Amino acid sequence: MNYSSAEIWLIIALLAVGTYLIRFSFLGLIGDRPMPPLVLKLLRFTPVAVLPGMVAPLALFPDATGGETEPVRLASILVVLAVSWWRKNALWGILAGIAVLYAGLIATGQL
Amino acid sequence: MTASTAKSVYRKGVRDGAPFLLMALPFATFFGVAASEAGLQLAQIIGFSLLVIAGAAQFAALQMMIDNAAIALVLLAALAVNLRMAMYSAALVPHLGAAPFWQRALVAYINFDQSYMQSMIEYEERPELTPTQKGWYFMGVASLIAPTWVIATIAGALVGQSIPPEYALDFVVPIMFMAMVGPMLKSLAHVAAAFTSCAVALALLGLPSGMGLIIAAFCAMAVGAAVETWMERA
Repeated sequence: MNYSSAEIWLIIALLAVGTYLIRFSFLGLIGDRPMPPLVLKLLRFTPVAVLPGMVAPLALFPDATGGETEPVRLASILVVLAVSWWRKNALWGILAGIAVLYAGLIATGQL
Repeated sequence: MTASTAKSVYRKGVRDGAPFLLMALPFATFFGVAASEAGLQLAQIIGFSLLVIAGAAQFAALQMMIDNAAIALVLLAALAVNLRMAMYSAALVPHLGAAPFWQRALVAYINFDQSYMQSMIEYEERPELTPTQKGWYFMGVASLIAPTWVIATIAGALVGQSIPPEYALDFVVPIMFMAMVGPMLKSLAHVAAAFTSCAVALALLGLPSGMGLIIAAFCAMAVGAAVETWMERA
C-alpha cells in the first residue's frame, strides 16, 4: 500500500460521508416517493455483482504466492462458497474455509 | 406515548439484536487483523470502523487499497457495495418516515444489514408501534452491535500485528467476501450476476487496479436484472 497518511484519511472521510448519505437518502431527504422499478432491480444485485469479481482474482492468483495459483487457497475459497451457500450463513462458511485453509497449509508443509 | 413504552421497546430491540454479536464480533476482528496486515495505522483502522461502520464496504476499500488502486476507484468499489443500503433506507420510510428527525438521522448511521433486517421483521409483526417506538426499537437492535464492531476491530488490529505471514492472513479478506456471497445466491439471477462478475473481472485483469472490477460489477448488475426479468416472464 503506498498512499500517504493524508490520502488514507481522505478515503476514510469520503467513504464515511458517502456511506452515511446512502443510508440517509430516502429516510432523510427523498421522502416517500417510489424509485423507478428498474433502479430498484439493479440495486438489488450490487453486492452480488461486486464481491465475486473481487474474490475471483484473489482466489486464483493470490498475492502471497506471487500470483501463482495455489491449491490450498483455491480449495479453501470453494469450501467457503459451498458451506455459506448451503447453510445460508456467512459465519459457518468462514469457519469451514479457515479449517480447510489451515489443514491444507499444514498438510502441504507451508505452516 | 409514555417514556416506559419507549424504554421497553428499546430494551426488546437490545435483546433481539444480541444474537447478531456472534456475527459482528468475528467480522470486525478480521477487519482489524486484515487492515493492520495491510499496513494501516491503528487510528486509521478505528476511523474506518467508527465512521464508515459497514463491513463489506470496509473490506472492499481495504482490498482496493492493498492493490494501490486510484482513490476514486477505491471509493467507487466500496460505495457500490453499500448501494443496497439505499434500498434499506427506502424500505424504512413507511415505518420511520414520520419519526423525529434526530431519530432518522441516527438510524441512518446505524443502518446495517442486521439492524435493518431484524427491525423490519419486528415492524411487520407489530404494526401497532408508533414511528417513534419503531425508531427506539431500531436503536435498541444496533446499540450492542455498533460498539462491538468498533471494539472488536481494535482487538483485531492489535492482535494482527503480532501474527507471522505463514498464517496466510492475506487470505482473510477473500474468505470473508466469499462467505458474504454464499447466502446471497438466492435465485438463478443472483447466480448469473455472480458468475458474470467473476468472468468479466478475470477477463479484465490487465486493466489498471480496480477498473476491471467496476466494469464487471455493472455487467453483472445488468445480467442479474435481465435474468430476473426473463424469469418473471417465463
